[in-house]
Amino acid sequence: MKEDKVILEVRGITKSFPGVKALNKVNLVVRRGEVHGLTGENGAGKSTLMKILMGIYQPDSGEIIFQGKKVQIKDASHAKHLGINMVFQELNLFPHLSVMENIFVNREITRGKSGLLNWRKMYQETKDYFQKLKIDVDPLKKIRELNVANRQMVEITRAISTESKIIIMDEPTSSLSDYEIERLFEAVKLLKEEGISIIYISHKLEEVMGICDRVTVLRNGEVVANYEKEEMSVDNIIQAMLGKSLEKEFPKIEVPIGDELLKVEGLSLPPLFSNVTFTLRSGEILGFLGLVGSGRTDVAKTIFGMKKPTGGKIYLKGREVKIESPLDAIKSGIAYVSEDRKNEGLFLGRDLRENITIAGIDRILNRGFIDKSKENKVTEYFVKELDISTPSIFQRVKFLSGGNQQKVCLARWFFLNPSVIILDEPTRGIDVGAKTEIYQIIGKLAGQGKGIILISSETEEILGVSDRIIVFHEGEITGEFKREEFSKRDSIMQCMMGVN
Amino acid sequence: MVEKKSKDKKYVSVFFEKYNIVVIFLLLCAFLSVLSPRFRTFSNFINILRQSSIYAMLGFGMTFVMLTGMIDLSVGSVVALSSCITGLCLVSDFGIFPSILMGILTGFGCGLINGVLITKWRVPFFIATVGVMFSARGTALVITNGNPVSGLPRAFFTLGGGYIGPVPNPVVIAACVFVIFYIVLTQTKFGRYTYCIGSNQLAARFSGINVDKYLTLIFGINGFTAGLVGVVLSSRLRIGSPIIASGYELDAIAAVAIGGTSLLGGEGSIVGTVIGALVLTVIRNGLTILGVSTFFQQVIMGIIIVVVVAIDMWRRGE
Repeated sequence: MKEDKVILEVRGITKSFPGVKALNKVNLVVRRGEVHGLTGENGAGKSTLMKILMGIYQPDSGEIIFQGKKVQIKDASHAKHLGINMVFQELNLFPHLSVMENIFVNREITRGKSGLLNWRKMYQETKDYFQKLKIDVDPLKKIRELNVANRQMVEITRAISTESKIIIMDEPTSSLSDYEIERLFEAVKLLKEEGISIIYISHKLEEVMGICDRVTVLRNGEVVANYEKEEMSVDNIIQAMLGKSLEKEFPKIEVPIGDELLKVEGLSLPPLFSNVTFTLRSGEILGFLGLVGSGRTDVAKTIFGMKKPTGGKIYLKGREVKIESPLDAIKSGIAYVSEDRKNEGLFLGRDLRENITIAGIDRILNRGFIDKSKENKVTEYFVKELDISTPSIFQRVKFLSGGNQQKVCLARWFFLNPSVIILDEPTRGIDVGAKTEIYQIIGKLAGQGKGIILISSETEEILGVSDRIIVFHEGEITGEFKREEFSKRDSIMQCMMGVN
Repeated sequence: MVEKKSKDKKYVSVFFEKYNIVVIFLLLCAFLSVLSPRFRTFSNFINILRQSSIYAMLGFGMTFVMLTGMIDLSVGSVVALSSCITGLCLVSDFGIFPSILMGILTGFGCGLINGVLITKWRVPFFIATVGVMFSARGTALVITNGNPVSGLPRAFFTLGGGYIGPVPNPVVIAACVFVIFYIVLTQTKFGRYTYCIGSNQLAARFSGINVDKYLTLIFGINGFTAGLVGVVLSSRLRIGSPIIASGYELDAIAAVAIGGTSLLGGEGSIVGTVIGALVLTVIRNGLTILGVSTFFQQVIMGIIIVVVVAIDMWRRGE
């Protein structure tokens, strides 16, 4: 069988970032014309591995063998030259240019050596590709007029037209409808027939089961399993992905739950979310579960005053509050730790001290001037309390590891001593050790009688840490579960997917 | 291990940041002193101080704006408008202090307009400040019919033309502004907010900072220094003029950039701006003394500004 021909082999790749070993002696074998599934939890190392294949990162050790020859992939254009392409989610297209221009960008067809563009030929070739892939899109349309599914098809077409040998697809179905997923799978099958290999990264195990010929599972930067089609089962893969049991990974501290702190009634901001109603008690950890785009983060940002709702009321300790800006929210005792640390949280070029005291700066003012010695004491207190590892409080936060940066974000809000803390993906992009520390901090806060809203894409994390969860689907609350009901996995999943 | 390495790197870069421009400045002075006996005279030294005080004052306001990652191109025109308003108030017998106040308020007002255009109307800062640049210059020309306002009271001339001991008054005024702004920038909430808005505007919003309000005030401050310079220049030139200070905004921007303030915002200091203004003046003064033609001076200035900023970007890019 021609499938046995290996096109790409990755041998013992190791890659470390400050404080994290992202990949540890990873091996991966991709055969010609196969769909190779790659799965694992967030932070397992999938995207780091792909970035190495695309030449964006250089591995610390290990080698890559491509078509029988050892290669060192220098950068993304080198990867493309070799025939390795990645399909991004619309990031990689020029929205103001036409479909055809996007497909031929940087390798336009010209009339002889004149340098003049041969539009007719490019149009015809685009049409030919589209016919082959059964895509019904006008090559002259602008990218911004297309929906996500069609943009993806344009990306795939571009990848094929550059004579790709390997196409990497990273969560390609995350924003597609069922019908569009069908079309994507048909395209994938066509590519296979052409002898093109596909590395298919996905969380969605049913998809992996359905389309992949083989699957490799990563956990904490290591390959933990590799199954052929016959050996694949959802149970097998989940077992490999999770490894250890829930109890160990998510230490749950029992805390008495007190009075109602926050009540949200009929909060609406169409089309993001509508009629959101829930309560939060002191000492309670309330999980917001839902897919990306289900409205959970939008609700959080609205409660924090970053977005203006069209309707609904917010009560704190029984009193209605008007929140029109983050400042109002902060004054009412609500804190929000953003999911996007680098863009919405940190002042990367400024030091630890300034990052921690910025929101609560009024508390260290002395007759209008910043009391520097008080500021240093506050910072040192949090460095110790949260165990932030840093050479000094004057270190710029861009030099800290992800986990320590997250602790800086947390410290900023703890300094204000809020009664309600919203944590949006607090463990995203940080290593396992730091994750456990963050869970312990969350537990401690609950113990102090604060109300905590925890938002996360990792179901296991939410279920491991929360006392109660509410499930979002397309901007509406579709279910609510208490901790003792967390074993009803099927109904939780159904609420998330919106099936009843 | 990794932490330690970055720490060392930090100290090196801080040293560089703080002292490289000082070293360049001292070398420049030494070089010119050797080359020209006229350069090293006391009167030339005073001359340099006086000239640089104007750039420095404009630079102090511009430092705030540039720390937020923006620039203000309207200051030259605002200086002229402030000069004309002050002159017209004086000849209309408003009295000296009210006229000075009017001139300064004119500048402050123009700055606030810039701020409101940028934060409330969402006009990009480049366009907003170019708009104010044209309108302010135009207004100055309209209210004076394009003619200088002369016949100002003698008592007004000491502000820009007088001395305290051997030190020219504009230098004293610039020194006062420096002290106040330095304290504001390093010791107050306002200063801290300025740096943080420049470092990451979105994170500043998420931290509860009323970014629009502070940005407007920052542009107001820059307008204030332009207004002040307008008053000082009118006093020194003894007229209110609609055509003065053309291109001064670029001198101010150059002084701030040479002084090490990042053009991307979030990093820099007002001390650097003082040095930047001095470097700018010394180069001009030195070239003039050495007999380099004013045309050729412009070429050299252009090259120096670009090279200094290129070094800055290269150093930051690591």
